[in-house]
Amino acid sequence: MAGADLTALWISLRLAAITTALLLLLCTPLAWWLAGGRSRTRVLIDAVVSLPLVLPPTVLGFYLLILLGPVGPVGRVLGEIGLASPMFTFTGLVIGSMLYSLPFVVQPLRDAFEALGPRSLEVAATLRASPWNRFFTVAMPLAARGFLTAAVLSFAHTLGEFGVVLMIGGNIPGRTQTASIAIYNHAETLQYGAANRLSATLIVIAFALLLGVYTVTRQGRDGVRVWRWH
Amino acid sequence: MALALSVALSRPGFSLLVEAELPTRGVTALFGRSGCGKTTLLRCIAGLDRIAAARVSFNGEVWQDGGRFLPTHRRSVGYVFQEPSLFPHHDVRGNLQFGLARVPPAQRRIGFDEAVRLLGLEALLARRPEQLSGGQRQRVAMARALLASPQLLLMDEPLSSLDAASKAELLPRLERLHDTLSIPIIYVSHALGEVMRLADDLVLLEAGRVRACGPLQLLLTRTDLPLGYLEDGGTVIHGVIEAHDPTYHLSFVLIGGGRLALSQQDLPIGHHVRVRVDARDVSLALEPPQRTSITNILPATVLELCADGDPAQALVRLQVGEDLMLARVTRRSAVQLELAAGARLYVQIKSVALMEP
Repeated sequence: MAGADLTALWISLRLAAITTALLLLLCTPLAWWLAGGRSRTRVLIDAVVSLPLVLPPTVLGFYLLILLGPVGPVGRVLGEIGLASPMFTFTGLVIGSMLYSLPFVVQPLRDAFEALGPRSLEVAATLRASPWNRFFTVAMPLAARGFLTAAVLSFAHTLGEFGVVLMIGGNIPGRTQTASIAIYNHAETLQYGAANRLSATLIVIAFALLLGVYTVTRQGRDGVRVWRWH
Repeated sequence: MALALSVALSRPGFSLLVEAELPTRGVTALFGRSGCGKTTLLRCIAGLDRIAAARVSFNGEVWQDGGRFLPTHRRSVGYVFQEPSLFPHHDVRGNLQFGLARVPPAQRRIGFDEAVRLLGLEALLARRPEQLSGGQRQRVAMARALLASPQLLLMDEPLSSLDAASKAELLPRLERLHDTLSIPIIYVSHALGEVMRLADDLVLLEAGRVRACGPLQLLLTRTDLPLGYLEDGGTVIHGVIEAHDPTYHLSFVLIGGGRLALSQQDLPIGHHVRVRVDARDVSLALEPPQRTSITNILPATVLELCADGDPAQALVRLQVGEDLMLARVTRRSAVQLELAAGARLYVQIKSVALMEP
C-alpha cells in the first residue's frame, strides 16, 4: 500500500477512535436521561437524535458547511473570538462524524439503560450507594453490552462515512483525506489495484469488529446474562 | 424510640391512610391481604417512593417531613425485596461486599464471616447468582442487607416467592437472626404462620388503614379482630425449657400458666422458646380431667365467648396464667358447659408447636 493510502487509513482510524470516545462521553448522560421516561421533550429529542439515520450524509454535510464556514453563524462567532473555522480541518471532520454517528451510540445505550429496570438500582440505594455511585457500579456494568455495541457501531460507521467527510473535510491528502475518499479518488483515476487494497482492508477491519460484537452479544443470549468486564 | 409514620396517599382505587408508631426493637410484622398497602408503606419507609403527604421519623431522626426528604442511601435501612434481587454482575462474595464496602469500619455492626455463617453461605461464596436456587439467592440477599449494617431492616414478604422446602429452610434462619441480632425488623407478610413464628409486634392493615397494632399475642387473641377466626388462628406463648424427660422423650416448657410437655427438643435448659397453640387444638373441661390421653392441661379463666364464622362453633378467649389463649368449641358444648365470662375451667391442649424465638 502506498504511503498516502496508509496516511488516509490512519486518518480514518484516528477519526473513528476520537469520534467514538467523544460520543460515548457525550451520549451516556443523554441516553440515561432519555431512558428515564417518556415525556414529550424526551420523544422530541429522541427524534432529533435519530435524524442522521434517515438523512443523506450530504444534507448533514451541507448544513454543517453553511453553519461552520467562515461566514456561517457559528464560524463567524468562532472567528470573532480568534478561532479558525473548523471547515476543512480534522476538527471539522470530528464534529461532522459525531453528528453522523450520534444515533448509533445513543440508541444502544438508551436500550441498555431501559433494560436495567429499577430494581438493581433500588437495591444499590438500600446498600448505601449514592446516585453517582449507583450509576458507575451498577448501571454501567449492567449496561456493558450496550456500551460495547455503541462503541463498535460508532467506530465502524465512522470508518465508513463518505458524504459528510467529503462535504466538510475537503479531501486534503494527509489532513482530511480519509480512506473512503482515497478509495473514491483511486476509482475515479482508474487505479483499481490501489482502490482494491484499501477497500479490502476496510472490509476486514469492519468485519472483524462486527464479528467481535456479535460474538459477545450472542454469548449473552445463550444464558450468560451480562457481558463481564473481568 | 420508635418509627413514627404518617402517610396519606390516594390513587384511583386505592388509598392509604396510616398514622402509627412502630417499635424499633424485635420484629414488627405488617400483616394484611395483598393490596392493602403493606409494600407501599415499606417503600415509603425506605425512601424508595416519595409520597408527598408523608412524615417518617426513625428514633427521632426525621427521614421525611414536608420538603425534607432523606434519600434512601442515607437512611441506614436494609431492604430485602420479595423476589431475590442479586446483582448479576457480581458473584455471591461481590454481592455481599457491595454494602459492606460502603460502611465505614467503625460503623459496622456485623462482620462478613458472621453474616455468612448466620445464613449458611460458606459454600456459595464463589457462585454466580444464576447458579443459585431461589432460596439460596434470598439468603444471599438477606446477608447482603445485614452487611450494610442497617439500623432498621425492612423485609417485603421475603419468603413468598420461594417453594415450600426453601421456606422451611429459611424460617429457622430468620428466627435465629431475630434472636442473635439487635437490629429491629419490619416484616411484611400475608402468611399468618410466618407472623406467628417471627413477630413480636403486629400491625394489622386493612384496605390501607391500620386496623390494630400492638403486641403479637394480644392482637392474635382479640376477638374483635379477624385473626382468631382464621382457620389456623390461635396464640403464641413465650416460655423457657425447664426439663427433659428422656424416658418418654419429652421436654417441658415453663410458661406463665404452668408447664407444657412436648416431644423432646435438642435445646438446653433455660433456652427461651415460643410455642404456638391453635384455637382448634384447645378443648375445655369444667373439672380437672382424669384419665385422659391429653398431657397438657392448664387452669384457665374464660374472658369472653364469641360467635364464630361457622354457626356450629364458638370462639372462647381465655386467660391462662399471664397468657391469652383461644379455644374453638362447638356451640352446643358452650351451652352445655354454661360457658360465660369469669368461669374457671381447664384447657386441654391437644397439640403444641414449638418455635425457636
